[in-house]
Amino acid sequence: MNAAASTGWNREQMAARAAQDIPDGSYVNLGIGIPELVAKFVPEGREFIYHTENGMLGMGPPPAEEERDLDLMNAGKKYVTAVAGAAYFHHADSFSMIRGGHIDVCVLGTMQVAANGDIANWSTGAPGAIPAVGGAMDLVQGVKKIYVITQHTTKTGDPKLVEHCSYPLTGPGVVSRIYTDLAVVDVTPAGFRVVELAPGITFAEVEEKTGAQILPPG
Amino acid sequence: MINKQVSSVASAVADIPDGATVMVGGFGASGSPIELIHALIDHGAKDLTVINNNTGNGEVGLAALIGNRQVRKMICSFPRSSQSKVFPELYKEGLIELELVPQGTLAERIRAAGAGIPAFFTPTTVGTVLAEGKETRDFDGRSYVMEPWLKADFALIKCETADPVGNLTYNKTARNFNPLMCMAATTTIVQTRKLVKSGDIDPEHVITPGIFVNRVVEVSDPVHEDTLIAEGRRYP
Repeated sequence: MNAAASTGWNREQMAARAAQDIPDGSYVNLGIGIPELVAKFVPEGREFIYHTENGMLGMGPPPAEEERDLDLMNAGKKYVTAVAGAAYFHHADSFSMIRGGHIDVCVLGTMQVAANGDIANWSTGAPGAIPAVGGAMDLVQGVKKIYVITQHTTKTGDPKLVEHCSYPLTGPGVVSRIYTDLAVVDVTPAGFRVVELAPGITFAEVEEKTGAQILPPG
Repeated sequence: MINKQVSSVASAVADIPDGATVMVGGFGASGSPIELIHALIDHGAKDLTVINNNTGNGEVGLAALIGNRQVRKMICSFPRSSQSKVFPELYKEGLIELELVPQGTLAERIRAAGAGIPAFFTPTTVGTVLAEGKETRDFDGRSYVMEPWLKADFALIKCETADPVGNLTYNKTARNFNPLMCMAATTTIVQTRKLVKSGDIDPEHVITPGIFVNRVVEVSDPVHEDTLIAEGRRYP
């Protein structure tokens, strides 16, 4: 772990790198976990409007505990605030924004993503596990661009970027770009391609930790 | 003169029979009609099919209704969370059924029922195990899955302001599924924090028109699920 910690991107840096690729004025939906950190790294001079699928555009940061409103939550059921210009709406309108292609970017965490853009982030499919899907399948089918932020490998060192997902799919062929601790990777018609390497990381190391063929930058 | 007000949460839910399908508004704790759910626990109707996004938290509200073994089947998108344990335990023991529906599909199935549309096609679940066995059709070169409407006998709803004809407004993200469920149930039962005179809600500000509402009961100081859980409360 010590050797790994000295190179590559940490959680904040992965989120900051993803934020660089989101255009000014975008409507953005952030998944739970590292994707939530994207909101902390909006590049200077840009403004994003955050959508939360339980029914709000213009979601702001968490409130101080004494200022929280018990009726104001995000999709992760955490207390949030509303920025100036926010709007509330019911669930059918909220998912019309998603399914109808009105949200520009969704940043998600994942368990696996495949070289053809398939994503598996809702269930391990293990017997006895309680299946829970929430809005994940709506988001990956409806949002214009699906970005994934994830560690390049699992805690046990297995690749998360794979040839074919072994877990049940959330959606087929939907991911366009992946931000890991080691690299920025595009999903192209020819499979994975490294766009940018994290500081101190070599292409050979990325190739070794990827479970599918991956093309070098350029 | 139309007056949909009823005097108590107990009388509001008194005719819900065993075997009924009941929609329960709310997303997690926000917008959950806790007082109506607790009245349904007191009333005791069992063998229920309940439709909600989740399965409740702690041992109050929806989780308490499930824990009291009044629910045969849950229809929801996300049946577990950090504080849900009642449903997961019963499910693992095979003591409760689950129909898992993606969140946007759940919302649209409910809306479709209220709108008189028996089925619709959605891209959600295409290419996944949740589409298995369902009819698919291509439109403009893309595949879509057919999903049926989702109706209920009763809906339990929480709102912020209601008037005697059943016009409703909500508070912030507590709106969530509530307006959709009002449309999709045969009998819609609403608990409101404030009951005002007809005319006191600006017609431009009405979110749920009263035509979708059957009963309104004022619960002026509603408890909140997160507060009850923080206090370690359980119901009954």
